[in-house]
Amino acid sequence: MENGFSSPRSDAFPIGLRVLVVDDDPTWLKILEKMLKKCSYEVTTCCLAREALSLLRERKDGYDIVISDVNMPDMDGFKLLEHVGLEMDLPVIMMSVDGETSRVMKGVQHGACDYLLKPIRMKELRNIWQHVLRKKIQEGRDIEGHDVIEGIHILRNVADRYDDSQFLRGEELFSVRKRKDIDKHEDKDFCDTSSAKKARVVWSVDLHQKFVKAVNQIGFDKVGPKKILDLMNVPWLTRENVASHLQKYRLYLSRLQKENDPKACFVVGMKHKDPCSKDGDGNFGLHSSLAVPQNDVTNSSFSFSGDNFLLQNVDSIGCEVDRKRVVQEHTSEPKRAAGRSVPEPIKARCTQMKFNNTIHPVEPEGKFPAFDPSNRSCYPWVEAPEIKFKQESKPIVHLEGDFNQFPPTVPPHQVQMDQLQSISSISSGRSATEKDIASSIESKPPYSENCSQQRVHLNLPKTPTDSFAGKAKSFNEMNDHFDPNSTTTTPLGKNQNFNPSCISTDLGSGLPFATIDEDLQGFLLQDCCYPKNLEHQIIEFPDYGDPGIFTEVPTHLHDAMRFGYDYSYDPTEYPVIDEGLFIA
Amino acid sequence: MERNQLLRQMNSMRQSFFDQGFLDEQFVQLEELQDEANPNFVEEVVTLCYRDSYRLILNLEQALQKSPLDFNQLDRYMQQFMGSSSSIGAKKVNAQCTLFREYIKAGSGEGCLRTFHQLKKEHTTLEKKFEAYFQIKRQAGPSQIASRPK
Repeated sequence: MENGFSSPRSDAFPIGLRVLVVDDDPTWLKILEKMLKKCSYEVTTCCLAREALSLLRERKDGYDIVISDVNMPDMDGFKLLEHVGLEMDLPVIMMSVDGETSRVMKGVQHGACDYLLKPIRMKELRNIWQHVLRKKIQEGRDIEGHDVIEGIHILRNVADRYDDSQFLRGEELFSVRKRKDIDKHEDKDFCDTSSAKKARVVWSVDLHQKFVKAVNQIGFDKVGPKKILDLMNVPWLTRENVASHLQKYRLYLSRLQKENDPKACFVVGMKHKDPCSKDGDGNFGLHSSLAVPQNDVTNSSFSFSGDNFLLQNVDSIGCEVDRKRVVQEHTSEPKRAAGRSVPEPIKARCTQMKFNNTIHPVEPEGKFPAFDPSNRSCYPWVEAPEIKFKQESKPIVHLEGDFNQFPPTVPPHQVQMDQLQSISSISSGRSATEKDIASSIESKPPYSENCSQQRVHLNLPKTPTDSFAGKAKSFNEMNDHFDPNSTTTTPLGKNQNFNPSCISTDLGSGLPFATIDEDLQGFLLQDCCYPKNLEHQIIEFPDYGDPGIFTEVPTHLHDAMRFGYDYSYDPTEYPVIDEGLFIA
Repeated sequence: MERNQLLRQMNSMRQSFFDQGFLDEQFVQLEELQDEANPNFVEEVVTLCYRDSYRLILNLEQALQKSPLDFNQLDRYMQQFMGSSSSIGAKKVNAQCTLFREYIKAGSGEGCLRTFHQLKKEHTTLEKKFEAYFQIKRQAGPSQIASRPK
């Protein structure tokens, strides 16, 4: 049942907290709904994970927290958890009859902020608002000033309403207050920023591109929201927005890092959540290639580990391997042939990025999910529809360290996104293509040329609308109807954020790549001349007649950013999605 | 008064659920959720639960007829069933479920079958008790909310 969506009611927090409950058991759904209503929360229920995701995407800002069962027929609860984390950055609580430690651990690792055992008591539900608040505060903490103020604001509200201060973590409150004192003058800003924040900046591909560029320029180590903001030169963007985005980016990276732990590589690309590990293994070029200094980027094949993440955001320019993120050496991952044409350059960039901190977040404090999705809505790239990139054995991307030269190998741009649904058809096509691409890539210097060969099917969102939801939708669509013709409907296309150039590449269709405008151009490849190529490339993509090739390249880039892959992948299917799009 | 008698009867039936170990604390939670907006909440939930659980029992039966037994599938079904029966606090049924899962872990198909039969019996017994209880409850009057035992 769906309740009307109301706008965030911060004043009444946590009264009216908007909860989305997902459970295939109708009895529990009914009980939970009743319990939550008794807590004065606004409840929406649904029994399918997919439905839940589409609800969440439709209303980016429509919910505060999600409660989901672990065992569901259409999608594994953990996967849903990851998606939500990536795309929407909402706190998610898992539920299950099974309280086995390993399961609970898995939940936490996937980003659940709590794990409840059934039968659930009402008092457990009463306190879920703490997760929402905590998340907000955490977001605020990393941001210099503004968000903290907002956190304070929230705390104030909460404190006003609840005398029971035990709900508020004392230390948080204190630290928040302290900062408040220091930044009193920012109160005014706060008012502005708070509203801006509420508006939820949508980090379009373009915007994200600028962000990444700025970060790279500054140097990941020295990066700070203010510097980034200054460099980005986006008038309407606030420091708060940037700070928040930066935090998410970091978390995202760290999360990826964590997941690819053994590999210590910066896996740029999508990570498969579950199957990832399996696929990922080979996929990630995790080999400290990232660690390699920029020049190494050459072969960074971004391999996506298939998961939803496109962690392409390799911010660091210097390729510092602090994070040990390896930009997937494509060489190492045979599968990874990231067919991303466009994304290549960006990816390369990623490889260069040095992830300073997040890389090893051993424990993202449960932030992983937060990271990914932290701005799910903002990150178009987060939305990764179940795309599986199948990379054949070839090192697809040679990302040059300086990006300037657009690695000719770009052709592999074809990111093969294998949507689960239509994987078979596409995969096969893709595989072949990949190989071709790989070879072609290596030999091709001009990207454009490559591009032409590659069929980049990017489904860039035709409507560059900013609604994340739109993206989500597209994402969903991708998941749901992945058909060879619309391969490009992958998140890329869906990314609303990808607004500048709604690049939409449709497989086989003459994709409107041409729509890629400078934004995209600049966006995609910040530094290299790639963009130009890209643009051409993109346009050329549709030329590829190879239906099999599904490259999300350009869109990937975008997508990477907003990668919110909703992989419903079949773990065994997708190797790695090389979505180094998270061009942070 | 007849009403009082009904009420007494209802209460004693209710109490017997707990005393005889058929239901546990979860059931009390459900009762506490019942209010003016949902005066028949408990009955609705129980009805819903049983409807769903019969479907799950069928799944289990079919799975148990396979040869060889697919323990993973059995476990999945049983988890679903447990989720459902735990929602109403069906204590005895849940105990059988737990036992069933133990047998799954042990890989004992024989144990699973035996437990399953027992489970079905408990399931049906409880259902009958519920039917009788709700009938009296309805007769006693809609505004009656059973008093909490402890």
